Amino acid sequence: MHPLLSQVRRLLLYLVVWEAITAVVAYLFTATGNISGREACVLAVPLCLLYAFVCLSAWYSCRVTPLDKSKISKVLLAHIGGALVATGLWVLAARWYSHALSRSGAFTGLDERFLPEIPLLAVTGILLYLLSVAFYYVYLTFEASKDAEARMMKASVLAREAELKALKAQVNPHFLFNSLNSISALTTSDPAKAREMCILLGDFLRRTLGLGEKSAIRLEEELSLIHAFLAVEKVRFGARIQMEESVDEKALNVMVLPLLLQPLVENAVSHGIANLVEGGWIRLKIDCTGGDVAIVVENKFDPDAPPRRKSGVGLVNVRQRLKARYGNQATFNYAPDGESFRVNLKFPAEREVQAA
Amino acid sequence: MSAGAGVTRKIRTIIVDDEDLARQVLREFVSKHSDVEIIAECANGFEAVKAVMEMKPDLLFLDIQMPKLDGFEVLELIGNETAVIFVTAYDSYAIKAFGVHAVDYLLKPYGADRFNGALERAKERLSGKAGKNAQDLPLPTDLSASARAPLQYLDRIAVRDGTKVFIIPVAKLDYAEAQDDYLALASEGKKHLKQQTISGLEQALDPAKFLRVHRSYIVNLEKVVRVEPYAKDSHVAVLSNGSQIPVSRSGYARLKEILDK
Repeated sequence: MHPLLSQVRRLLLYLVVWEAITAVVAYLFTATGNISGREACVLAVPLCLLYAFVCLSAWYSCRVTPLDKSKISKVLLAHIGGALVATGLWVLAARWYSHALSRSGAFTGLDERFLPEIPLLAVTGILLYLLSVAFYYVYLTFEASKDAEARMMKASVLAREAELKALKAQVNPHFLFNSLNSISALTTSDPAKAREMCILLGDFLRRTLGLGEKSAIRLEEELSLIHAFLAVEKVRFGARIQMEESVDEKALNVMVLPLLLQPLVENAVSHGIANLVEGGWIRLKIDCTGGDVAIVVENKFDPDAPPRRKSGVGLVNVRQRLKARYGNQATFNYAPDGESFRVNLKFPAEREVQAA
Repeated sequence: MSAGAGVTRKIRTIIVDDEDLARQVLREFVSKHSDVEIIAECANGFEAVKAVMEMKPDLLFLDIQMPKLDGFEVLELIGNETAVIFVTAYDSYAIKAFGVHAVDYLLKPYGADRFNGALERAKERLSGKAGKNAQDLPLPTDLSASARAPLQYLDRIAVRDGTKVFIIPVAKLDYAEAQDDYLALASEGKKHLKQQTISGLEQALDPAKFLRVHRSYIVNLEKVVRVEPYAKDSHVAVLSNGSQIPVSRSGYARLKEILDK
């Protein structure tokens, strides 16, 4: 779509600008003294109106030779060629028009007197054409940056939606129902323990709900969420869970994505511990060196465990969220290693910005 | 099933769950019924299969997610003699498949009313009032296949010899042969029998890796070395271990199409 022809308003504005150009051209015609003001106006108005439309064609040659993708020789050739053709047409039209005018009584000999103005007309024609080219290139660049901005906006909205969806999906209904079943068992055998578990579960749920709106939390908060989670699971699995933690104190105030590690620990329980009759260990190791946080979540698992009836989405979620947040600065990988399953993640250590 | 005058035999029950507290709930609810007795408790699938084979219980309360063997695999291995009530936290596939075919299912957490209802249905079934005889029910193995998530193929097969359970990874399965009501599964020089239909197995296996080459045979395509003519109109597939598998005319057409690729 031609940017000026597609909207009437823009076309009118364009013609207003050309009115000013017409005045300048008419003034230039009178400058040598051969042509009167009235003659100059009669010449300039239709000629400039014609040229205004000729210059609209510069858009199409600009569009097929975008500056960032075309060779400079091709760009120069296209526009100098365009300028020469447009100017040639304009000069021919001017010659024909002045000749036609000079036949009527009022403008006798005008074509003779106009002849010395032709070089000036040619130079003006070339300059006006190149000016149009420059205008269209500015317009194209502006549009491209607006496009890029819109794309980026869309991408960030999508990333945010994916993140929220991921967060919602992570409070696992299995976990909730099994915990409620444990409480149900305890109500008759050990009412005090049942109440304690209600409180632990409530504590965990409240923390998770509060995190939904935050884009980042201190690693310390994520760790206490994990502890709340494990406190509930320990009622269910008893001595089957052995948690081992080694956390670098420097990492505690690093800002991390909320619910980044909890799903990994939850996986370690449901894919590892839950499939081991005697239970097993979960190791969480957090290091903070060289501006990066390196985290390892490892658990014992049974390589011969029954196949999962549902595909695990936890690991995929964590990978997507890390990528959306840190791009290529984050690494994430996981693999079984004999009787253990290890997840490695590493991302830039960002600290909370202190309010001034 | 009823013995002498006025004396009714108790319903012999096994409960299977890897979580101590989950077994505790079942124990508590069962204890309210004097006509039901718990004869064993199991914390994983292997134990469950062994206990069912040795004790032949009337009723089994069975969890789904467990170590070693899951509830579906246990069901496949114990046949149709025992009435099964599934006890699970949440599994939409299980609800879909077993809502119709199992005696009943209990969703954790459940109350005494729900438990008593399920037990009542089990009693009807055991006394033959429900009209469903073991023979009328679909094979547990085929049921469990319908409980699998769509587009998710089998990656291992559980088989039983007496009270012992073997796990065959499907990659190590050479071929399967239909024998009356059973399937003979050939793997690593041994044959294991399993009560299942050949079409049931065919549907559960990845069609890119396994092919039904004959009315009674499925082969692992990776094990096929060559195909030779046998008699008029028929062929045999020779496997890497030397076994020769009959290939029907239509099976040959399908096999050729895959091998020519």
